[in-house]
Amino acid sequence: MTRDLRRFLLSVAAACAVSLAVPSPGAAIGVDRPLPDPILEARARAIHKQLRCLVCQNQSIDDSNAGLARDLRVLVRERITLGDSDGEVLDFIAGRYGDWVLLKPPLDVRTLVLWLGPAALLLMGAGLAVTVLRRPRADPELASGPLTTEERARLETLLEHGENTS
Amino acid sequence: MIVEVGHYALILALALSIIQGVLPLIGAQLGYDSWVAVARPVAIIQFGFVSISFAALTCAYVGSDFSVLNVAMNSHSAKPLLYKVSGVWGNHEGSLLLWVLILTLFAATVAVFGGNLPPDLRARVLSVQALIGAGFLLFMLLASNPFERLVPAPLEGQGLNPLLQDPGLAFHPPFLYLGYVGFSMAFSFAVAALIEGRVDAAWARWVRPWTLAAWCFLTLGIALGSWWAYYELGWGGFWFWDPVENASLMPWLAGTALLHTALVVEKRDALKSWTILLAILTFSLSLLGTFLVRSGVLTSVHAFATDPARGVFILMFLVLVVGGSLTLFAIRAPGLKSGGLFAPVSREGALILNNLLLTTACATVLLGTLYPLFLDALTGEKVSVGPPYFHATFVPLMAPAIVAAGIGPLLAWKRGDLVGALGRLRAALAVTVAVALATLVFAAEAPVLAVSGVALGTWLVAASLGDFVERIRLFRGPFGETRRRAKHLPRAAYGVTIAHAGAGIAVLGIVVSATWESERLQVVKVGDSVPVGGYEFTFRGIQDARGANYNAVRGIFDVTRGGDPVAVMTPETRVYDTPRQTTTEAAIRPTPTADLYAVIGDPNGAGGWATRLYHKPLVHWIWFGAILMAVGGFVSLSDRRHRVGAPRRRTARVGTRAGTSQAAKA
Repeated sequence: MTRDLRRFLLSVAAACAVSLAVPSPGAAIGVDRPLPDPILEARARAIHKQLRCLVCQNQSIDDSNAGLARDLRVLVRERITLGDSDGEVLDFIAGRYGDWVLLKPPLDVRTLVLWLGPAALLLMGAGLAVTVLRRPRADPELASGPLTTEERARLETLLEHGENTS
Repeated sequence: MIVEVGHYALILALALSIIQGVLPLIGAQLGYDSWVAVARPVAIIQFGFVSISFAALTCAYVGSDFSVLNVAMNSHSAKPLLYKVSGVWGNHEGSLLLWVLILTLFAATVAVFGGNLPPDLRARVLSVQALIGAGFLLFMLLASNPFERLVPAPLEGQGLNPLLQDPGLAFHPPFLYLGYVGFSMAFSFAVAALIEGRVDAAWARWVRPWTLAAWCFLTLGIALGSWWAYYELGWGGFWFWDPVENASLMPWLAGTALLHTALVVEKRDALKSWTILLAILTFSLSLLGTFLVRSGVLTSVHAFATDPARGVFILMFLVLVVGGSLTLFAIRAPGLKSGGLFAPVSREGALILNNLLLTTACATVLLGTLYPLFLDALTGEKVSVGPPYFHATFVPLMAPAIVAAGIGPLLAWKRGDLVGALGRLRAALAVTVAVALATLVFAAEAPVLAVSGVALGTWLVAASLGDFVERIRLFRGPFGETRRRAKHLPRAAYGVTIAHAGAGIAVLGIVVSATWESERLQVVKVGDSVPVGGYEFTFRGIQDARGANYNAVRGIFDVTRGGDPVAVMTPETRVYDTPRQTTTEAAIRPTPTADLYAVIGDPNGAGGWATRLYHKPLVHWIWFGAILMAVGGFVSLSDRRHRVGAPRRRTARVGTRAGTSQAAKA
């Protein structure tokens, strides 16, 4: 094996190992020591679900076996025991690790499009649909009245063959 | 030798795809019949060559030919046969080959069974399909050749990622691709129609079966993937709003919208340009999904290719396909005249609402998936968009869609009677209210959101079944009359009932399992009992086990309920030989009302084992619902009107209604 090829293979293997080993990176499935108070523990778990595991791909620290995720879980429990509110805990962690750690991005200038986008799109789409729907009101055909010849012909065909085409 | 044959066949397929992509297109434009006639045989032969190529690669995998770089990187001689075969598409190059195989399969199907298509339209469709294929084939031969040799050949391969060595995941990619690539047919028909400058009911009649089939497969593919995540990742979750999951959800949402709007074109000759646009967007999202997953832009389990050159190629291809088709659309769409007029409250109106909500939901998923990438690229700022964002935006968009899905099918075309429809749904409304009240009263801790979710799911199931019962006049008249009506109800109507009820069942599964799940995480010692959701899990100990290519630690739990034995559950932790990697195999025991779910973790060194135990009520309804949705689609596909084929254009051109009654007569 030439050196180039070997180096290539090694780098590919390394890339695969990194990119493939994501959901359970060989790490242990452990169990944290929960807080003694079940209400506080429930709050801690809810906060865990809002925080990103920084060394994993798109997992919350609640879903991750990575060591860093465990450290963060412990940190969250510590802050809660110290009497922080949920918001204060999230602010504390975001202050340390940046907003990237928050799975629910805060609403500010950077995320304006992200948060307002869906509503804006819905309104634009609805506006477009209404414009389209307004047109036929002027149409005399829809002012009910008797069936057109064409419709009567179709009705006859349908009755004749006992078919339901809807 | 076989490998070289496969490589050569791939080159020949590329040459053929260029011929098929160019000659019939020009021929149809200039009226050269012989050039048009090229499309059919070439499409079939091209499929033949790609099949040879695929078979050659499969041979190399099954025979563990490690002189092929792709096999050496992704296979191992000790792997069970199933995973040797599924290893073919468990990597970047092979998955592209599978993609092209399906693409050419669809083209060949049009060539063989498209006898009732006008020759020019068929030729154009096959040409567009071939051009897409040419892009992928070129990409494979230039940048992702699965047949590249490795000299000297290693004695043993690197093995397949153990997470992928799983029956659920072995079949997940083929189903997903049948869906993704199936939408290429809708795309090719749309582009062909734009070139022709004509979209009519007959066109929609030809497109709908393809879209429907693609949608069914995609539904199954996504369901398989989420089922795999549920039992393999060991967290009991089934959907993580991971970018690669979103990449498959977007074409599904757009495809669902397309499925419904094509119906309006077929029956009412309206919404034509919107349907064309949606067909283009659906396939573009499939391509985007491939790009996101394969380019390494998003790294995850699915991202095989981390070579940026490949990403650039796919991106350029994407720009070419999407940009080209949208430009064509911009030029041609204003010329498309819509025929059917309708009142806001009508079947058409309901389908527009469906489209509005589904496409907005799709755009929301797209926004959430790409926003961090764009923000990072433009400003260098990093934000995460995770499940909380999608819960806050996606769910409010889908809720009204579910309400409307219950009513829509009862509205008449052109002008519907909302009060009348609701009157016919009295029973469904009563059931929904009763179930919601029962949930409030009997369920421990019933948050308002969860009760609304239960009401939504119940409503969709009850309304779908209620409509069906009403149509066949069950218990309303003599039984013979009911039977006659049931017999004459078109299969498509059965399909709608089944698929909509399936969606409702999936909603119930999602809401109930998420709200009333019981979870216990603890360290247990032999003999310990843990109560979970009314069941007792007693830890009996640990067993070592040896599988085909892994060592496993197997935990044994006796599960009892009120002292009666229910099951013995044996979750495993596996350590695979090559690559050396640990996976968790959850033990899952379905009961009629819930799944019991057990995971064994690591020893704590003092005789205790980390365990996770769950009781997940109705969680299996999620996949049952998804299967029902796909079954509904297939039942609808078997409708005589699809099988008989589209009406001839001659009659269709006279008017849509004439066309429809022709089909009814046929």
